[in-house]
Amino acid sequence: MPRRFLFASRRRFGGERGLGSPELRNRERELFLFKRRLTVAAALAVVAFGGLVARFVDLQVIQHSHYQTLAETNRIAIVPVAPNRGVITDRNGVVLAQSYSAYTLEITPSRVQNLDATIDALADLVDVRDRDRRRLRKLMEESKNFESLPLRTKLTDDEVARFAANRYRFPGVEINARLFRQYPYGETASHVVGYIGRINDRDVERIADWNETANYKGTDTIGKVGIELAYERQLHGVTGNEEVEVDASGRAVRTLSRRPPTSGQNIALTIDIALQQAAEEAFGDRRGALVAIDPSNGEVLAMVSKPGYDPNLFVDGIDSASWQELNESPDKPLLNRPLRGAYPPGSTIKPFLALAALESGKRTAAQTIFDPGFYQIPGQSHRFRDDKPGGHGTVDMQKSIIQSCDTYYYMLGAETDIDDTARFLGQFGFGARTGIDIDGELSGILPSRKWKRDRFGAQNGKWYLGDSVSAGIGQGYNAFTPMQLAHAIAAIANDGVAYRPHLLHAIGGSVEAAAAIVDEQPTRIPLKPQNIATIKAALVGVNREGTSRQAFVGATYTSAGKTGTAQVFSLKGEKYQEKNVNERLRDHAWFIAYAPADKPRIALAVLVENGGFGAAAAAPIARRVLDYYLTGAKAAPASDIESTSGDDESD
Amino acid sequence: MGDFLSRGWEALTRRIDTWLFVAAAAIVMVGLVTLYSATDQSLARVQSQAMSLGLALVLMWIVANIAPEKLARIALPLYLVAVALLVAVALAGTVVNGSRRWLDIGVARFQPSELMKIALPLMLAWYFQRFEGRIGWRDFLLATILIVVPVYLIKRQPDLGTAMLIAASGFYVLYLAGLSWKIIVGLMALGAVAAPMIWPMLHDYQRERVLTFLDPSLDPLGAGYHSMQASIALGSGGVVGKGWLNGTQAHLDFLPERHTDFIFAVFGEEFGLVGNVILVLLYMLLIGRAMVITANASTLFARLVAGTTTLMFFTYAFVNMAMVSGLMPVVGVPLPLVSYGGTALISLFIGLGILMSVQAHRKLVAG
Repeated sequence: MPRRFLFASRRRFGGERGLGSPELRNRERELFLFKRRLTVAAALAVVAFGGLVARFVDLQVIQHSHYQTLAETNRIAIVPVAPNRGVITDRNGVVLAQSYSAYTLEITPSRVQNLDATIDALADLVDVRDRDRRRLRKLMEESKNFESLPLRTKLTDDEVARFAANRYRFPGVEINARLFRQYPYGETASHVVGYIGRINDRDVERIADWNETANYKGTDTIGKVGIELAYERQLHGVTGNEEVEVDASGRAVRTLSRRPPTSGQNIALTIDIALQQAAEEAFGDRRGALVAIDPSNGEVLAMVSKPGYDPNLFVDGIDSASWQELNESPDKPLLNRPLRGAYPPGSTIKPFLALAALESGKRTAAQTIFDPGFYQIPGQSHRFRDDKPGGHGTVDMQKSIIQSCDTYYYMLGAETDIDDTARFLGQFGFGARTGIDIDGELSGILPSRKWKRDRFGAQNGKWYLGDSVSAGIGQGYNAFTPMQLAHAIAAIANDGVAYRPHLLHAIGGSVEAAAAIVDEQPTRIPLKPQNIATIKAALVGVNREGTSRQAFVGATYTSAGKTGTAQVFSLKGEKYQEKNVNERLRDHAWFIAYAPADKPRIALAVLVENGGFGAAAAAPIARRVLDYYLTGAKAAPASDIESTSGDDESD
Repeated sequence: MGDFLSRGWEALTRRIDTWLFVAAAAIVMVGLVTLYSATDQSLARVQSQAMSLGLALVLMWIVANIAPEKLARIALPLYLVAVALLVAVALAGTVVNGSRRWLDIGVARFQPSELMKIALPLMLAWYFQRFEGRIGWRDFLLATILIVVPVYLIKRQPDLGTAMLIAASGFYVLYLAGLSWKIIVGLMALGAVAAPMIWPMLHDYQRERVLTFLDPSLDPLGAGYHSMQASIALGSGGVVGKGWLNGTQAHLDFLPERHTDFIFAVFGEEFGLVGNVILVLLYMLLIGRAMVITANASTLFARLVAGTTTLMFFTYAFVNMAMVSGLMPVVGVPLPLVSYGGTALISLFIGLGILMSVQAHRKLVAG
């Protein structure tokens, strides 16, 4: 590479000046060159600083408000203040669910380096059980890592003090005051009240659908089941907020302003908790359901599902062992039987079918049939057996209900078009949700030709006469919930005026506000007064001299009822022998009733799973509940009445 | 007595350049005031910085009293020692935060790269002075090697920021010594072409810094955080700032490294555009005066050393402020005379001392 290339300018300034010695000239040239370079650098520096100032003007003048907003967003955090959840009481103000504040030890897993070591160290300060560890693990699986999760709830004052003194050792661990839900009655009415639990992804969607995401910012639990779920939005309240100045790690430095939360509305249920307790006690250890309704307005006075569960287990996250036990128990304690148990109605359907026959003119009250103990479809050999060997002989409508004569209803079923039956029964709410104000209700099965075709397809879905005969005594495809039967018998008790069953009695202390929510407009089933009077008279006869007379011996009020037995296991025509059948395959016992007979104040349906005869297992429970409600008498759990042989065996 | 005092004062101030000193003192005062705010009113930090300042002033005075010729004489040994120390670091240095930059010398840890910041310009200036008047392309080639060796050693510590700054100081010497524009432009063009090829050779964190510089919102909680928060601090400061000790970005911990590399964000937040412009003007005063001194220097060595020192002052100030205001990627360059840190302060005051020495020892001969 030639020198000229590197020092291009040297030669150019070389010979031109002719001043002094060549060395001096050289020095001058060099100095001139140097100063030019320095000037270029100075100019560049000025331009660069000018660019900086331009950037400052851009940031601090032109974009100032943008960055000011960002700085304020950095600095100011809106901290939600969760509202107090509304209290749930029974109709008399007895508290069934309430909230209280307690200290919780919480861990943010993402901020803790060694979780196990941290928990071990914490265990020296506060009592940490294996159950707490397991629950935390479960919560971690279900939640996002940056959430603060409870390790221990309900700390004692001592524990709070001990942790506070050692707090610096535990970054990512803190104590927070949180609201807890408590259910003082435990298992009693657990299926009605329900419970709350931690908000999960599905709940988040639900909240978003309500447009309430902002309102749930400070809330970490939500109603999951029962009233807690159904009236979540009324119970929740309005979240308040605090404007706080926070530092970069999110710690609040000071409070700037505060808008207090508005507590959720208190809810009073139509349930009478004392009646509910009496009813649950009457069940003893038996499985089943009971629904008691005030027929004059549809208020649900008691709603039993046995066995129940303790909702307190769910409040701060149920541990997996308890969950497994509840979920896998063959007794299905989590099943809300009054709404989600659909059972064949058995003979409890008979008064409704008799009423249908009266209304349609297929039968008069006095018209009789002869019962030889069985019914045969003309031209077929199969015998539909009556429960009473040898039959009931000559039977009119009154006797058919009082003695629960199957043959009467086999014949009636054979003569009646199933679609007409379905249409009539539909008016009482069979085969449709009653519309009670908690979730999960089944609609049951009210069979008709269309139903069978839809269910089994065109090939196998043909309706046979035999189907009609079975349906005549409430077996076959029929399946109804205890709620539906209670609702239907309440409609009979109230002479065909049916109210939608509901659990909400008052909200925020106002009965009117509750009425506006549940819509108490009744539906009037068109029935001839003399027809309904016939049926009601027969139902009174059932308790006085019929299948359930033993259960009602000595009652101080007149009551009306009807027993029923729902087959679980088809015996293919053999005689049913209770002791020969596995307990779980035994028949379900039904009883529906209302009282007092002349001016009904309570109507109910009782189902005892695998209880056997309705008269023996279910009617005594109904008696206890009616006694308690009408006379205030309370006694030990109802025991089965020894079934006697002979004609009482029928239900 | 008065005579003695005035002679003492004369000895103390004889080599001190007033304008340079005033500008530097003003910037240092800005630094101490801002440091007090940036450290959440920690007097201990301010005192510690003031102690370093005291030492730095003494060193400045000493260096100002050493004639440039004497400095030239130590240039070669100083350079060799600095290179030897860099090699020692590479072999037995202390690792902090994943970088091997420090030498543990018992009482304190020492960064040889700081020494190199002074040694390299001295070395190059001495070399060009020695061959003054007959500098050819071989000299520039050798100078390039003298630059590349320490730059490589520092780059592999790894400390890309310091390596680039030292490379810049070497380049400034070459530029002022008269390196052909064709080469300069050629190197720039080569750099532009080579950039895509260098990209795969960079460390992950270096790439990340460049990427987040191009779009800080890519990673607002990670590498882009510093840059974003600094822009927010400056921008929210507005025209007159939030007032001393009132910067919310600074005092609520949103600003990282706020008493060192990002101290300018604290200053800009609290004193606004007005404060920023005043600070820039102070730097321009300092640099302008240093350029006058450079232009008046009487030897090639003095010119090159003074010029390079001046341009490095500019480079530090500009790169730091450009980085904080989001014009450049985040590189670890402190704001000269303002950021907390004794070593940097001492280096800078030695630089000022060199400039003062050049000014004080210029030969008033007609050029």
